[in-house]
Amino acid sequence: MDVIRPDAAGAPSLPEGAPDGAPAPDLSSLLRHSARGDQQAFAQLYDAMASRAFGLAVRVVRDPAQAEEVVQEAFLETWRTAARFDPDKGSPTAWILTIVHRRAVDRVRSAEASTRRDTTYHQQNHAVAHDATAEAAQASLEARRVRQALTALTPVQREALELAYFGGYTHTEVATMLDLPVGTAKTRIRDGLIRLRDAMGVGQ
Amino acid sequence: MNASVHALSGAYALDALDDLERRDFERHLAVCDDCQAEVAGLREAASLLGVELETSPPAAMRARVLADIAAVRPLPPLTHPHGQEPGDLDEASGALPTTPADDEGALAPVVPLRRRFRPAALVAAAAVLAVLGVGSAVVVPQLLEDGPQSQLALSATDRILQAEDREEVVVELDGGIRATLVRSVSVGRALVITENMPLPPDGKVYELWFDDVERGLVPAGVMPAATDQVVLLQGDALRADGVGITIEPEGGSTMPTSEPVVAFDLDPVKA
Repeated sequence: MDVIRPDAAGAPSLPEGAPDGAPAPDLSSLLRHSARGDQQAFAQLYDAMASRAFGLAVRVVRDPAQAEEVVQEAFLETWRTAARFDPDKGSPTAWILTIVHRRAVDRVRSAEASTRRDTTYHQQNHAVAHDATAEAAQASLEARRVRQALTALTPVQREALELAYFGGYTHTEVATMLDLPVGTAKTRIRDGLIRLRDAMGVGQ
Repeated sequence: MNASVHALSGAYALDALDDLERRDFERHLAVCDDCQAEVAGLREAASLLGVELETSPPAAMRARVLADIAAVRPLPPLTHPHGQEPGDLDEASGALPTTPADDEGALAPVVPLRRRFRPAALVAAAAVLAVLGVGSAVVVPQLLEDGPQSQLALSATDRILQAEDREEVVVELDGGIRATLVRSVSVGRALVITENMPLPPDGKVYELWFDDVERGLVPAGVMPAATDQVVLLQGDALRADGVGITIEPEGGSTMPTSEPVVAFDLDPVKA
């Protein structure tokens, strides 16, 4: 299933707030405490973010064993660099997922460094490693909003984001794969992200 | 830096730059507040792309992560208040005295060393490389390490490239050939970045050398055949007052058999 297609069925996600009605953890506060060495706070942060982190890593890296290593390293890096998180500059979720994503892409590229990465673009749905319950129930409100926001992007923009973010390809590889002129993919990527950012009202 | 560098902000936010582009863009980012703000916002958007991707990891991972963090102290905050990118894991910040405050953010400016040209060697080098021909510069650069690396640490290459005390020496030759030596005292290692470098002749390789202040030229590794790459030099970078690249028979030599085609000068750190 193409997770970027705006009309795809959604995977379940945690209901907003814990099932018992307690408020969702304040991740900024947990990061702040972690920066001071509070391991219990970090454990709560892990519990809140591990599934998102692992889900992303598996999607990029494919091999669950390598995804585990990527996530483990990413959480260690999160712990070590927690003091650098600035809540005025971005969300804790983006902070952590950025670390996960960078490591996942590095892992994919280094694993394929000895052979050219396959940039032949196949018009097919990739088999995504789903959690077993992926087909169930209702997507979260946030997921529905993201899918709606993605309808504001052109198909090329969506494809470019998919290949770059989930495929781990460089923008020049994406240009080749989408049969775009060299240098055009980076513009599509930037424009698509700007539209998504503005439609969701984040990062400003 | 050309005007289109800002246009890389989206690709950077998705980790969709190759290593050389990323390095160049991060240098730009350190001095461009607009790009920093834009990258931060685009990263927020990027993190939404996977909003539906939730997969529970194995329970054992939690125990491993908590054991990992129990063994390691969090790093202190950096002295610069802005430009703190997630993923800027700077091994040096805990060990060295803080650098003087400036506006550069987490990526400190490199300290360019004076270039001591050796005109005769460089002219000869240009002639040699011209004979070889200049290859096209479309190869994706490769990161090469000299051995297995700890899962839990950044590679030496990454640590050098991110170190606040890194020094660079650049050599440029006709035809757009560029070789950059990067050394970090705190890491104690050095690497070479090549751009548009012609491949060595058949049966030959490029070999790296440290000019050790006591022992003279010591081998620092054979370079793989590629026009654009990042190569980590083997051995201690602090005892050298220079680095050289020579053409050697395949497999490399224990002593250079020719004059360097590229030579870098360094200040030795340890006597």
